[in-house]
Parts: sequence; C-alpha cells; structure tokens
Amino acid sequence: MKEDRITVKNALTYGDLYTKLSAVFMGAGLIWHRQIVKGVLVFLFEIVFWYFMINAGFSNLLMLPSLGTQEQGKVWNEAKQIYEYTAGDNSQQILLAGVITCFVVAAIVALWILQMRHSYKLQRLIETGHPVPTLKEDVRSLFDGNLHITLMTLPCLGILVFNIVPLVYMITMAFTTYSKEDGHLMLFDWDGLNQFMRVLNMNGNIGRQFWHVLAWTIVWAIFATFLNYILGMVLAMVINRKDTKGKAFWRFCFVLSIAVPQFVTLMIMNIMLQPSGAINVLLQNWGLISEPIPFWTNATIARITIIVIILWVGIPYTMLQVTGILQNIPGELYEAAKMDGAGSVKIFFRITLPYMLFVTTPYLIASFVGNINNFNIIYLLSGGGPTYVGDTAGQTDLLVTWLYKLTVEKQYYNLGAVIGIMTFVILTIITLLTYRNSSSYKNEEAFM
Amino acid sequence: MENQLEKNKLSPRRRAVNVLVHVLLAVLALIWILPIVWIILTSFRAEPGAYTNTFLPQGYTLNNYIKLLTDQNVLNFPKMFMNTLIIAICSCIISTFFVLSVAYSLSRMRFKFRKPYMNLAMILGLFPGFMTMIAQYFILKSMGLTEGSMIRFGLIIVYCACTGLGFQISKGFFDTIPRSIDEAAIMDGATQWQVFTRITMPLAKPIVIYTVMTAFIAPWVDFIFAKVLCRANADQFTVAIGLWNMLQKEYIYQWYTCFAAGAVLISIPIAILFLYMQRFYVEGMSGAVKG
Repeated sequence: MKEDRITVKNALTYGDLYTKLSAVFMGAGLIWHRQIVKGVLVFLFEIVFWYFMINAGFSNLLMLPSLGTQEQGKVWNEAKQIYEYTAGDNSQQILLAGVITCFVVAAIVALWILQMRHSYKLQRLIETGHPVPTLKEDVRSLFDGNLHITLMTLPCLGILVFNIVPLVYMITMAFTTYSKEDGHLMLFDWDGLNQFMRVLNMNGNIGRQFWHVLAWTIVWAIFATFLNYILGMVLAMVINRKDTKGKAFWRFCFVLSIAVPQFVTLMIMNIMLQPSGAINVLLQNWGLISEPIPFWTNATIARITIIVIILWVGIPYTMLQVTGILQNIPGELYEAAKMDGAGSVKIFFRITLPYMLFVTTPYLIASFVGNINNFNIIYLLSGGGPTYVGDTAGQTDLLVTWLYKLTVEKQYYNLGAVIGIMTFVILTIITLLTYRNSSSYKNEEAFM
Repeated sequence: MENQLEKNKLSPRRRAVNVLVHVLLAVLALIWILPIVWIILTSFRAEPGAYTNTFLPQGYTLNNYIKLLTDQNVLNFPKMFMNTLIIAICSCIISTFFVLSVAYSLSRMRFKFRKPYMNLAMILGLFPGFMTMIAQYFILKSMGLTEGSMIRFGLIIVYCACTGLGFQISKGFFDTIPRSIDEAAIMDGATQWQVFTRITMPLAKPIVIYTVMTAFIAPWVDFIFAKVLCRANADQFTVAIGLWNMLQKEYIYQWYTCFAAGAVLISIPIAILFLYMQRFYVEGMSGAVKG
C-alpha cells in the first residue's frame, strides 16, 4: 500500500491532524502519539532554534552576501588629543558566523525530516494496532540494536564541529579577497574564482611557484613512498633470511630509531647537517672534504638530503609493517619458482612484490597521501628553504608547508585555502584511480 | 650432530653471502643508531653551544639535566612537562573511547550510515590536516579557548575531536574476531552493549592497549597544532614546542645541550611505550590488511 511507506511526503498527505501539526510545531505528533519525552525534547530544540535565529541567525545570513561594509574608522578626538577607532565590520567573523548558521539550519531541517517520519510511523503503528515503543524500550534499544547511535553520536559531533565546519569555512575563504596582500585582513569581499585563476596561471608569479611546488611534491611523494616500500621490504627479507643470526637484535636496532619521537630525530638531523654541524665536522676531521657540504642551502642537495632522511625515518616502519605479511606468502610459490631455476632477484620482482602490492594497496595509498601531506619532515628539516628572492615558496616546500607559510606567516588566507583545495583535488584523483581498483576495497565484506 | 654437519656443508659462496649480509646489517644498524648515540652523548657534553669542532664531547657533565629540571626563568621545562601530561591524560581517555566506539560500530553493527561514514572518513583524510587547523583556530578563538589557561582545553579538543576518523587499525582487528562468538552471546540473551564491553573488549586487549598508547603519545610528539594554539603563551607550552624553542636563535647557544637532555628524557618513556606496543601495531596491521 502506498501509505505504508514512511516518507515525509506521505506524512504530509496521509498524516493525521497532529502529524501535520508537527510540520509547524515540531514534536506535536510525537507527544500525541504517546512519546511525550521525545516530543518535548524535539519541541525544545525548535524553540532554541528560533530563539537563536531571531537573535543572531537571520542577521548572520543577511550579512553573508556582502561580508560587511563598515570599514574601521578613525576619528580625531579634540578633547583627548588622540585618534579614536570606531568598530568596523569584521568580515572573517561574519563569514564564520554565516557558515555556522548554515550548518544550524541544515541540522534543524534534518531533525524536522526525522520527526515528521517518526510521527507518521507512530501514527501507522497505532492505526494498525501495534504497540508504541515506550521510553524505556527506546533507551534499552540504544544499548542493543541501536548501539551504534549511542557509540557514534559524540565522535560524529566532534568530526562535524572540528573537522567539517572548519573545512567548509576554509573552503569558502578561497572565494574571497581575505588576504594581507591588499590590506583585506579586516574587511574583505567575495572574489569568485580569481584566486584559482591566479594559482593555475602558469605565467604569473604565484602560478609559476605553484607548478614548481606541485612538481616537487609529486616527485617527493613517489620517491618517499616507493623507495621506502621496496627498501623496507628488502630489509625485512634480509633480516628474516634463514641464515641471518640475531634476528631480534637487528630488528631492535631499527625499531629503536623510530621509537624516539619523530620531531626529536628530525631536529637532531637538522642540527647535525648544518655547515658546522656534526656530520660536516666528522667528514672534515677525516679529511674527506675541505669545505662543508651545503646540505640545506643548495636546492638539489637539500632535496636529496630530505629524501635520504625520509628513508631513514620510513624504512624501519615499513619493515615493521610488512614482516608479518611477508610470512603469509604461500611457501609453495617460492619452491615452484626455485624449481624452475629463478634467482632471488627474479623471485622478488615476480612473486614477492606482486603479492605484496596486491595485499597492501590501501596501505600504499595511505602512505602516499601521508607523504604529500608530510608537514613535519620538511618544516623541521629545511623549513622549505632555500627560498629565492621574491618567492613565498622555497625549493623544498611541499604544498602543505607552502600552505602553512601563506596562511600563518604571510596571512594570505585566500591563496592558502586555494592551495589546500588543489591538494585535495590532486589526492582525490590519485586515490580514486588506485583505490577503486584495489581488491581490498571491492571485497571488504568477503573477509569477515 | 646432524645440524653441525649441515652447517659445515655450507658452500663457500653461501658463506660469503652470509658474511656480506651481516656486515651490511651492521653498517646499516650503525647508521640508524648513530643520531641517537650522538644526542645522548651531547646531553652529557660539558662545552656549551650547538656546534663544536669535535664529533665527540671533550668533557662530560650532568649539569645539562640539572639546569633543564631546575631553571624556571626562561624555559620552564617542568611546567611544560606537567602541561603536556595533563593534556595527554585527558585526550587519551576521550580519544580511546571515540576510536574504539567508532571501530566497533563499523565492524559489528550494520546501519544505513555505515558505508557513507567510511567513505566520508576517507575523503576527509585527503584534505591537508593543516587546512582545518587554521579554521579550527578561528573557531576556538570565537569560543574563547585561545587565551590563558583555556589553551589547554583548546588543545585537548583539537587532539581528540577528530579521532573518530582514525578507526582503521582497530576496525581491522575487530574484524578478525570471529562473529560466531557474538552471535552465541546474543543467543544467550546478551545485548550489543554487553557484547561490546564484556566480550569484544577483553578479546581485543592488544588493540585497546595500542589505542590508549597512541592517543597518549600524540600530544607529546605533536608540535604544529600546539605551536599555532599557544603562540607566545610561554606558560602553556607543551614539551614539543619547548624543545623546538630551545633551538631558536636566541636560545640555542645557552640551551642546546639542555635540548639534548630534554630530548633524551622525553624519548626514553615514549620509546619504551613504543617498543612495548609495536607488536600490537603489527598484529593490527596484518588484521587491517586482511579486512
């Protein structure tokens, strides 16, 4: 039957007086259909919502298109002999308030839909002579069949408020003039796609830097991910060889290096590789070099150094992660290959690597994403430098560290937001292409 | 006896490979251990300053540790330590609850929002964590959590609010626990809540320990969120920013050896925790890969 389906449309067409009344007075239907506590709570939410909207919400939304017009003024006070500042509009706060209000409205719409459906569902239950769940039964189901609601409400709320809202807020900034560049820190305006054009335009100063940084970011992520993966695997295999003595000891040595907090080792590396740091001193004392090696001031050397250090940081991790999986490779595969006279190099590339790639694709993608967004290693090692005069991005800057410089140091918030969005777009493309095709995604249920 | 014979039978080529492998491992292990040895030596170095003309210290002293733990005027290390400890304990409790709740729900319950949630988590993970951070700062500021002692709450919120997205390893582990155990318990009249707290949690002890430890370690090793939130509020510094500050131009000469001492002091407990939990990590990893 058509009216059996619990939808908002049916609730509005076939609902009784109280269900229809819920469209205006939220919770009315629930109260009438014997779920009084729930209904009162929903109604209280509605009152709070309207109170918020009348006091602040509507004006927040009205300010959103203009983002404020009142500039901060300066008035000469003759009596006190000083300039007095009059409060102007703060566009950044207006934008934030607007974004939050949009989320509040979306939340109340969702609640409205839920309570309409629920009210209609209760009405149908009563009409067909079924018992209406009491409050006690509802609470009990929150710890049984509906346990996921109890467990996930708080984490989801946290993600909504401190991840999704900030993200949307930051994305909106990309379409404004919010930047220190032309003095738009207090009062700014909508700017359409201009900042995107600027970043993508290869001939402009910002655009040129963007493509440079992007190219290095991708080169870096490929080297960091795949070298780590292969070398880490080789190390794990060397340690696990039948003839290797003291397996636990070797493993301990490598694991110890990652047990020390990463920011500590990175800062130590930075100091050790300075012109008068320990490494240069050691090499000079041995007479291997006469001049200190410019580890951080020469662009090419700095890039190589950083890749070497990510190997130092990453290889033990990979070793740790793949050791268990390596032992899962069916032994018959190896024996068959040996029978056919394959050498160990050939066995690695024909059997081990394909098997590992097949099993660990999601892990590889995760570490590729992690490397593109690897802020600590660049910031603590080279600080993105060396930087050419007139540039905001250094030669070893990744998109993330450039984003940091643009927002925190330069206060070019709109450009920073555009860079963030571009990073996301690039990562999405890469991830979708690989992840969708991986076996582990397709067969998630199959392994349970 | 037979074993001995077999060993003697090793061909010369194989023996050469064995020697080579061990030499290679020794060299590599040295490279990996060297920075750690160096920082420990530096922490006992008597000469001040960041750079010296010799690789090994000329004199040894305990003064660096004493200065680090008693000097409260410029960089108050004991205070930073307490700040970080409080933040770490609070955020550890909250985020453990978040991570395990989400992981259990996704692994064991079936609901409409399940797949969308997992996809959403993946999409959100693709944004640079940094991008949200700037906006988080503005939001915390509008809530008044960026001034004075409120910074602590701000940091706790920042560290645990989004942990619900990091469920993958725990979920992978839960997936490996046979569902028939749950089903049997439910047949006997247990509710899902009882299954979660009385059956799954005890069985998943390794991953619970792993989650608690990672959550506890996070505030000790995070540096950038703390830096953005604390700015110049020196009395709210966490250990990581304190150590970073010791390497800045104005402090480095006086504080470099103390930095080394601080780094050693912080690294020891964290390294012990890490070494202890690495096997849980490995187990969780192979579980996550399977599922």
